[in-house]
Amino acid sequence: MNVNRVAESLLALSQQEELVDLPKNCPLSENEDEGDSDGERKHQKLLEAISSLDGKNRWKLAERSEASLKVSEFNVSSEGSGEKLVLADLLEPVKTSSSLATVKRQLNRVKSKKVVELPLNKEKIEQIHREVAFGKTSRVLSKWDPIVLKNQQAEQLAFPLGKEQPAIAPIEHALSGWKARTPLEQEIFNLLHKNKRPVTDPLLTPMEKASLRAMSLEEAKMHRAELQRARALQSYYEAKARREKKIKSKKYHKVVKKGKARKASKELEQLQKVNPTVALEELEKFENARMMERMSLKHQNSGKWAKSKAIMAKYDLEARQAMQEQLAKNKELTQKLQVASEIEEEKGCTEEVEELLVPHVVNEVQMNVDGPNPWMLRNCTSDIREAATQEDPEQLPEPATHEVSESEGEERPVAEEEILLRDFEERRSLRKRSELNQDAEPAGIQERKDSSSQEVLSELRALSQKLKENHQSRKQKASSEGTVPQVQREEPAPEEEAPLLLQRPERVQTLEELEELGKEDCFQNKELPRPVLEGQQSERTPNNRPDAPKEKKEKEQLIDLQNLLTTQSPSVRSLAVPTTIEELEEDEERDQRQMIKEAFAGDDVIRNFLKEKREAVEASKPKDVDLTLPGWGEWGGVGLKPSTKKRRQFLKAPEGPPRKDKNLPNVIISEKRNIHAAAHQVQVLPYPFTHHRQFERTIQTPVGSTWNTQRAFQKLTTPKVVTKPGHIIKPIKAEDVGHQSSSRSDLSVIQWNPKRITTRHNKELKKNSVG
Amino acid sequence: MKVKMLSRNPDNYVRETKLDLQRVPRNYDPTLHPFEVPREYVRALNATKLERVFAKPFLASLDGHRDGVNCLAKHPKNLATVLSGACDGEVRIWNLTQRNCIRTVQAHEGFVRGICTRFCGTSFFTVGDDKTVKQWKMDGPGYGEEEEPLHTILGKTVYTGIDHHWKEAVFATCGQQVDIWDEQRTNPICSMTWGFDSISSVKFNPVETFLLGSCASDRNIVLYDMRQATPLKKVILDMRTNTICWNPMEAFIFTAANEDYNLYTFDMRALDTPVMVHMDHVSAVLDVDYCPTGKEFVSASFDKSIRIFPVDKSRSREVYHTKRMQHVICVKWTSDSKYIMCGSDEMNIRLWKANASEKLGVLTSREKAAKDYNQKLKEKFQHYPHIKRIARHRHLPKSIYSQIQEQRIMKEARRRKEVNRIKHSKPGSVPIVSEKKKHIVAVVK
Repeated sequence: MNVNRVAESLLALSQQEELVDLPKNCPLSENEDEGDSDGERKHQKLLEAISSLDGKNRWKLAERSEASLKVSEFNVSSEGSGEKLVLADLLEPVKTSSSLATVKRQLNRVKSKKVVELPLNKEKIEQIHREVAFGKTSRVLSKWDPIVLKNQQAEQLAFPLGKEQPAIAPIEHALSGWKARTPLEQEIFNLLHKNKRPVTDPLLTPMEKASLRAMSLEEAKMHRAELQRARALQSYYEAKARREKKIKSKKYHKVVKKGKARKASKELEQLQKVNPTVALEELEKFENARMMERMSLKHQNSGKWAKSKAIMAKYDLEARQAMQEQLAKNKELTQKLQVASEIEEEKGCTEEVEELLVPHVVNEVQMNVDGPNPWMLRNCTSDIREAATQEDPEQLPEPATHEVSESEGEERPVAEEEILLRDFEERRSLRKRSELNQDAEPAGIQERKDSSSQEVLSELRALSQKLKENHQSRKQKASSEGTVPQVQREEPAPEEEAPLLLQRPERVQTLEELEELGKEDCFQNKELPRPVLEGQQSERTPNNRPDAPKEKKEKEQLIDLQNLLTTQSPSVRSLAVPTTIEELEEDEERDQRQMIKEAFAGDDVIRNFLKEKREAVEASKPKDVDLTLPGWGEWGGVGLKPSTKKRRQFLKAPEGPPRKDKNLPNVIISEKRNIHAAAHQVQVLPYPFTHHRQFERTIQTPVGSTWNTQRAFQKLTTPKVVTKPGHIIKPIKAEDVGHQSSSRSDLSVIQWNPKRITTRHNKELKKNSVG
Repeated sequence: MKVKMLSRNPDNYVRETKLDLQRVPRNYDPTLHPFEVPREYVRALNATKLERVFAKPFLASLDGHRDGVNCLAKHPKNLATVLSGACDGEVRIWNLTQRNCIRTVQAHEGFVRGICTRFCGTSFFTVGDDKTVKQWKMDGPGYGEEEEPLHTILGKTVYTGIDHHWKEAVFATCGQQVDIWDEQRTNPICSMTWGFDSISSVKFNPVETFLLGSCASDRNIVLYDMRQATPLKKVILDMRTNTICWNPMEAFIFTAANEDYNLYTFDMRALDTPVMVHMDHVSAVLDVDYCPTGKEFVSASFDKSIRIFPVDKSRSREVYHTKRMQHVICVKWTSDSKYIMCGSDEMNIRLWKANASEKLGVLTSREKAAKDYNQKLKEKFQHYPHIKRIARHRHLPKSIYSQIQEQRIMKEARRRKEVNRIKHSKPGSVPIVSEKKKHIVAVVK
């Protein structure tokens, strides 16, 4: 018992020891509050304790002066010593006695055991709980991230999300629960059953089934494809034949027939080589055909047509030829297919026959054609030629001469030809010109043009040359003037051309005047009556061209604002300053100006500026916009252009407001920003766009069906969110998007008591507290 | 020579049936159809104008309550059925198609603080000022039967709100603490508390159904996990949050309706910065409800108006008000995302269209195509000043209008002061706080 007691007390001690370790534990430190005053008492106590350790006084209780929290039956306390009690100190006396072995063992076990940590306070624990739980929940929630992102970026979201399976029962189910009740229904059912019409799936009659079984799908397809092909080929051939049949050209048919015959003969030859018996049969056929031909009067020139031709043949070459062709055909057809020698023999006979049949006139010519008598032929053609020449000698003199020239000399035909051609051209041009100024030349001259006098021709030629030259020179001038900024008036034309140009002087002048006016700015109101005056002047003296530039110069001096920049401003002289100083100053000024001029000799700033301004003005002028819509109100298409009337109607350049820098020669005020348009324009780049061009591009791609095909239009205008009216949209579910939802119900977990902490949870907690 | 001639093959232009559309060959060569942008611009302008012309959102007013409507609930299975609880303890069930009341229940003494339907739609729960939670059958009592609740739970404290789990027979109430109840038991299976102030509303997450959010009068929003039976996190705002609503399509997003006239959309994983601050109201926001598509939400305010906000925009796209509508206490977006209901102080429930100018009823395909095209055009040209001006224009009651002006001035003054303070102090000593962070006081783990 004693031993046990001792052990217990020691355990208590050890506990006490630990408690001492904790600084916060207040009840323990109670004793220390007593201070030094009772130091003696403590000493006494210690002594007593030590004395009581040995022998009989062991059970004597320590005298207690006041209530102590820790009451030890061993009277052991660390009070006053200021030191902690160590277990080893206590164990030292135990070592000696062997009877205390069990105690020793127990103590050792105590020693090896780890001490349980003090639980954290409630708030801390709860916080850790919360943190852990929050971490878990966030992890669970972050599985939704990809889905949410996908839904946000989706082109279209169709709600409700889950595919609702339409509950359509198969027809058997519907029928199984249904019976024919009324007599009408029964009748219908009877009829159906009589025909073996199936009421259940698959809805096929036995006949259909049988047919299905008869031919497999593949076979049927192949069969059908073959049939189709055959049909197609047939139709092609038919179409071709029809086309060929329609061709009216006799020559073509002749050629075709000949081709066929040639082919047949070739085949025959081949057959002879390969299969003589068949060839013989074929030959027989040919022979038969020949016989038929010989028997018939075809191609014998005995028909109605042939007779009429025979009558005409005397006079008409063509008729003669036609008859001969006919005969030749006959000959060809009645020819025997034999060796060459035989053919020759035959020839004589046929000729004889022909002679018998054909009238004399025809015969003559036919001989010509055949070519046994070249002399005769030559004679004939020459005759024809002679006749022709006799008939119209005046009509075709030139070809004749041509021929002559050709026959005369072949060395320089090209040059001569050229000359002739040129002559012709000249004549033609002459004719035209003379037509133009009819008043100058009477009509009689034209008639006698063939024998035209060389004088008139030369004159006209000279004239035309001059005209050309003038035209060129004017062009050059115009181009040169184009480069020069200040447009100069045309220089007066040379004296010689004046009469020629007489025809259009007034109109041109007035136009030019108007142009000038336009250039010289409109604020010169005084100048307005001028053009009329000038017009009058010009009418009076059409040759006053040299005066015009002068006038213009005067005008410029009067008004030119542009020159204001370049010309010196007249210095205002004050009377107070003596003249000498004035001169000095002027000198200085001049010097300075000179210096500046020298310094900036290279770059003409003012001129550049003026040029720049002019360009800016030109650029800002409203341009003509062609608004013509081809095909509106008239036919349109390739090669068709909208009518001029319409083009005129739609070409319009609205007159812009006057420029702000119109009266400010040394300022350019940009008028690019259009206030009226700005009211309709987006001022700031909208949010999702990063560059203005991107935004513009989206605006410029049209959405409407006017510019897009139906399919594209539908695609472009798909709404972002589509809902079905009258359908309940349920919250998104994990199953909808393919996630595994937690199988455990939310409820089942609740039952678990949160106060009890499992080991797993404890570990987590520790980790968290460390971290 | 082949002669070309006009050929007219009837196959190319004759319809098979008269129901088919006429085939209209069309050349889409852009040169033949010039001025795309100006023409579309004009179309967009016209579409925008027409939208404003046809904007008639108010559909119906359901009257019958004899006190202010305090809470609303949707039927989960039936679009036409709506439940409402009033301040005199009366609960009414309405039929929206007929626009009449189909049942009246005197559920509580005092306010009906909260009402919610069971997920299956067979019964509903109410909590009231009389410290009771009552479960009622959705169908009315048979002839001769008395109107009695299925169950009544007598609590120790007043319950201020109730919400039902989305899948299971569990509901949550709030008051002094958040209690989670099994329908079959009279004691809560779990109560969670954090802080000592009364909790005004509790909402289950519709997607991750074990999550709850609540807001208390000590200006905080607390999130709970039902499975681990522990609160998760708490965020303290400048002012009290009246209610919250979870996004039905995005599990971690919720929006809080605050007393400081703003709404805050939070990602619950990062509570220190709201995703978006929605401001347009000029008085305390009392209720908020998400569109079932999760793209928009509607908020009811003490300033006698309701506003519709896109989730990702800080400004509202629409404001609804009528002369007779007083402080709007509760608002709900119907489950087909087409209508909005709001209950207000002056005893009426009002039914609005969610899209003010939308045509109701069945649309023909051409109407639908035109609608889509117009919508696209409006979207495309929305940044153009004239179109923007027309699209943004709303008539507002004078009180709201003047308050907006006033608050604009106040805000500007505050901003100016802040700018001045930054300007006149040592660089870096006055931190620049973004608008989003300004209203968050602290996040407590």
